[in-house]
Amino acid sequence: MRIPISWLGEYVELPEDVSADQIHAALVRVGLEEEDVHRFEVTGPVVVGQVLEATPEPQSNGKTINWCQVRVAPEGQLAADGGADVRGIVCGAHNFVAGDKVVVTLPGAVLPGPFPIAARKTYGHVSDGMIASTKELGLGDDHAGILVLSSIGLDPEVGTNAVRLLHLDDEAVEVNVTPDRGYAFSIRGIAREYAHSTGAAFTDPVERVAADLSAARPSGFSVTVEDEAPIRGRVGCGVFVTRTVRGIDATRPTPPWMVARLKLAGIRSISLAVDITNYVMLELGQPIHGYDLDRLTGGITVRRARAGETLVTLDDQTQTLDPEDLLITDGSGAIGLAGVMGGATTEISGGTTNVLIESANFDPVSIARTARRHKLPSEASKRFERGVDPAVAAAAAARVVQLLVEHAGGTPDELGSVLDDSEAPAAIALPADYVTRLIGVDFTPDEVSGTLEAIGASVESTDDGYSVTPPTWRPDLVDAASLAEEVARIVGYDRIPSVLPVAPPGRGITREQRLRRKAADALAAAGAVEVLSYPFLSRTANDTFGSATDDAVASVRLANPLDVEAPFLRTSMLPGLIEVARRNLSRGLTDLSLFEVGLVFRPEPGVTYGHATDLPLGGALPSDETLAQLNAGIPPQPRHVGVLVTGNTVAKQPGQPALPAGVADALTAVHQLAASVGAEVRVTQGRHKALHPGRTAELVLDTPAGAVPVGFAGELLPALARELDLPRVVGVAEVDLDALLEHARREVVVSPIVSMPAATQDLSLVVPVEVPAAELLATVVEGAGELLEQARLVDDYRGTGVGEGEKSLTFALRFRATDRTLTAAEATQAKNGAVALAATRFGATLRD
Amino acid sequence: MSDPTNISGSDVDQAVDAALTDIAAAADSAALRAARNAHVGEASALATFNAGLRNVPKDQKAAAGKLVGQARARVNQALAAREAEIAEAEAAAQLAAEAIDVTALPTRWTPGARHPLLTLEERIVDIFVGMGWEQGEGPELESEWFNFDALNFDADHPARAMQDTFFIDPPESHLVLRTHTSPVQIRSLLASELPVYRISPGRVYRTDELDATHTPVFRQVEGIAVDRGLTMAHLRGTLEHFARAMFGEEARIRLRPNYFPFTEPSAEMDVWHPGAKGGPRWIEWGGCGMVNPNVLKSAGIDPDEYTGFAFGMGVERTLMFRNDLSDMRDMVEGDIRFSQQFGMVV
Repeated sequence: MRIPISWLGEYVELPEDVSADQIHAALVRVGLEEEDVHRFEVTGPVVVGQVLEATPEPQSNGKTINWCQVRVAPEGQLAADGGADVRGIVCGAHNFVAGDKVVVTLPGAVLPGPFPIAARKTYGHVSDGMIASTKELGLGDDHAGILVLSSIGLDPEVGTNAVRLLHLDDEAVEVNVTPDRGYAFSIRGIAREYAHSTGAAFTDPVERVAADLSAARPSGFSVTVEDEAPIRGRVGCGVFVTRTVRGIDATRPTPPWMVARLKLAGIRSISLAVDITNYVMLELGQPIHGYDLDRLTGGITVRRARAGETLVTLDDQTQTLDPEDLLITDGSGAIGLAGVMGGATTEISGGTTNVLIESANFDPVSIARTARRHKLPSEASKRFERGVDPAVAAAAAARVVQLLVEHAGGTPDELGSVLDDSEAPAAIALPADYVTRLIGVDFTPDEVSGTLEAIGASVESTDDGYSVTPPTWRPDLVDAASLAEEVARIVGYDRIPSVLPVAPPGRGITREQRLRRKAADALAAAGAVEVLSYPFLSRTANDTFGSATDDAVASVRLANPLDVEAPFLRTSMLPGLIEVARRNLSRGLTDLSLFEVGLVFRPEPGVTYGHATDLPLGGALPSDETLAQLNAGIPPQPRHVGVLVTGNTVAKQPGQPALPAGVADALTAVHQLAASVGAEVRVTQGRHKALHPGRTAELVLDTPAGAVPVGFAGELLPALARELDLPRVVGVAEVDLDALLEHARREVVVSPIVSMPAATQDLSLVVPVEVPAAELLATVVEGAGELLEQARLVDDYRGTGVGEGEKSLTFALRFRATDRTLTAAEATQAKNGAVALAATRFGATLRD
Repeated sequence: MSDPTNISGSDVDQAVDAALTDIAAAADSAALRAARNAHVGEASALATFNAGLRNVPKDQKAAAGKLVGQARARVNQALAAREAEIAEAEAAAQLAAEAIDVTALPTRWTPGARHPLLTLEERIVDIFVGMGWEQGEGPELESEWFNFDALNFDADHPARAMQDTFFIDPPESHLVLRTHTSPVQIRSLLASELPVYRISPGRVYRTDELDATHTPVFRQVEGIAVDRGLTMAHLRGTLEHFARAMFGEEARIRLRPNYFPFTEPSAEMDVWHPGAKGGPRWIEWGGCGMVNPNVLKSAGIDPDEYTGFAFGMGVERTLMFRNDLSDMRDMVEGDIRFSQQFGMVV
């Protein structure tokens, strides 16, 4: 909301020379946050001039300019810039004649832009200033010609300060109005809040029309509300006041002060009658609609739209109406979307002489839905959605009458109507100590009742406190808490002391929360950089990475994505990491080790999620069953870890060749991750359609209940890497962290540390190349029995001495007995057990 | 060789002199080994003298034995001394030969980095855990009921439309990407026995295009406390403690009236940031207030018996003014140079 300061000052006492900053400071204290300051930005010598001569001079470029002699100061006096009283000025416009009074910007003046004015040579003359248009002055969009002052009803003395004349020295403060405070979308509301903040005297603008209100007896115009389908039980229209003014001259100019105020408030001047309705809306917060009375057919009926009905709105758009839309209709049919936008057929035009003024109050919900449905947010709907004071309608209509009579030359007519079915605000019980109990400040009873009375509420004492009836313009005051806020806000939040509450002893973060931190720390400590990517993906990206097989993966789609190419929520962490990798690569960062921990969205195939019926209302605990349904309607969102490596893990350095990154690094990261949360991941050869078929690992966790898959690792298919503009080798891994944590060990069963001497032996076994080393290792461990303390694969040899299609795997074995020094013979016997089992399982032979 | 029975002093001296000369001349352990063989080995003069002692007449035996014994001792002593000298010199030479430029050694491991937004969240959680609070969490794809209705956002209230919500297709499913961490308030209240003191960081979504000050995916941290007798003074006390832990002992909190559907009274909170770049100043930090009675009722809590306070702030914003960052994009693009500046700590 933008508030011209001069306008504010009409209704609340402002200090002499008050600044925009002071007003902002006062308003922010009561919750109206500072947004901006708006000015015309016209400064310096800008005066009323009179054109003495205008000589057209055709130019070689085809244009004709006027070489003008303009009087800018009374004869014999110095002009505002200290120069001569008559100036030669070049003007390109032609909408004036000698004798016209105009606005002259003299050298030294600055127009919005900023556009400084100086004497300058042009078209063979020295133009000693400029004759201004309304657009150049920042008053409007009219650039068809210069501003001829008689056209806006002015005939000032030559030399008059035009900045003051046109009210260009006014300025507006802009504040953010929170959606609970519709009344603050008016000068009336802001002036009241300023008074609350500063204690300055407030005059309700409604008082300007008090005499008219008590005298007027509008009648004879038929208005009916026929709401057959109230929304949420509320009739769409509670108040409908009409008044009539006859014989207006709709072509008269809007007075400059009104144009200036509207402009500062952010509303363009359109025509006198429309400007007046907007002016009253800004002043009182009551949206007004003006009809050309002679274009109305009979009386007005307010009703819901019928299916299929249409309406051409003021913006010349044809709206297809919904049965929930509330309409203003006359004998001809729909003539307006109530509270949102009027219709084209009955609008006021230059030829209008008789005006019917509508000042009505509509149900916020009905208006909000219609404005959203037709995407027609308007100044009117904005106010109705937030709640308009139902008691101000008659005053607003009277104020429009007053201004039309004063400025458009109309005559008030008794034809009109007053329909008022509005409900009086309900009284709220406020226990005596409630405000103190909630705010933690010892407010005196006078502070509580006095503050509530100051905001317009009526307060009565009761046995245990107060009965408070909020003012009609505060529909947001509905319970004791909202009243407590008023007291705290007006008295000032600065009064609230600082007291640290003592929470009961806590248990710290949970196991899962702690392990998630450890996992991320471990990956970072191992050299990976943590990133956060957006989870919005294309279907292709989800299908490629979200499932190992060719089946399309079930995924969640956004109804209103930012990027129509990426409307799905991620089912895998990898596409996001790939995007990040591409960005880094494009910036010349080629050695990358990235990881991200985050949620993926994994609906079960074939399940319909969501809550099909209407949601339970807030403010009441739903049944256990409803809560369970709500929760069951939310797709699973497991937490995954994604890893991506490319380039070199270790860069080339003196004495150190580069170590290129690949699946080994991805797997190393997986093992780091698992170790950091107390799990041990078993790797098996796997398949994934996005990964190199020979370089894919499946990750499983062995649990008492069997092997649980927890993810995969591998290198991207080279063709896919090429398609994605990535290096040929990109190692990736994705781990379901939730599953990993669920199945990781909860406690460590400690084996005693044995200090008996160890016996070490190497074992080389020849097996077919297809035998996975991990399986052979497991077999060795199993076959060697209890004396084996550790077995480690140390070599994989193929070539001379080993048959075609075979490989020799060498394991370093460490044996130890718990109770004695092992003899070499015992160790050899254990090793032979390993050899025997390997021979049985894989046909392994001992290599000589 | 002279008469073996007659071991003359001059012969012995001569052998000793020869040995000492060779020992002194030995430049390395090989030369010393040769000198040892030549002068105390089996075929050496001293060994011969020693063997010849057998044949020395009894009356001369003692003197001859002493003569040879002393000679051998001198030679062995010289050998040992020279051996130690050579070992020391050789060790020093080896060390000298092994010297390398320690400023040019290969790095076999490059440090990674945590994302500073997440380490900052962990730090915030730790501050609250230190006061006995616990960490809450909830899904990012959320039911509208938890995101709005339960938080006193009426379905038709403009506040709901102002949230710039991502809706899940089809919209009738009433599923959204949570627009704030506040649904965790309801989840915490529903899941726990009272009193509840919960701090909940997490990812949230709004339909804003990415620019220097907006991102559609960002992070918030949300606090809620519901207990008997909590007042707005406790809210201020908690925030003030939080601010001091984050920004130093001089940090302070200022509250300004505002509106949020889920709190009443509501306030905007500014923090006095003593370490702000360009000098200490007030910085808008987040929103807060007393939990709206309707929110308590949504969770089945009697607002006449319990009161509560809640607050929330953007983690990006906090990091931005804490570390003097100016562009939101740095935090979301994943350029490794950004996180690497923070390393493991924020």
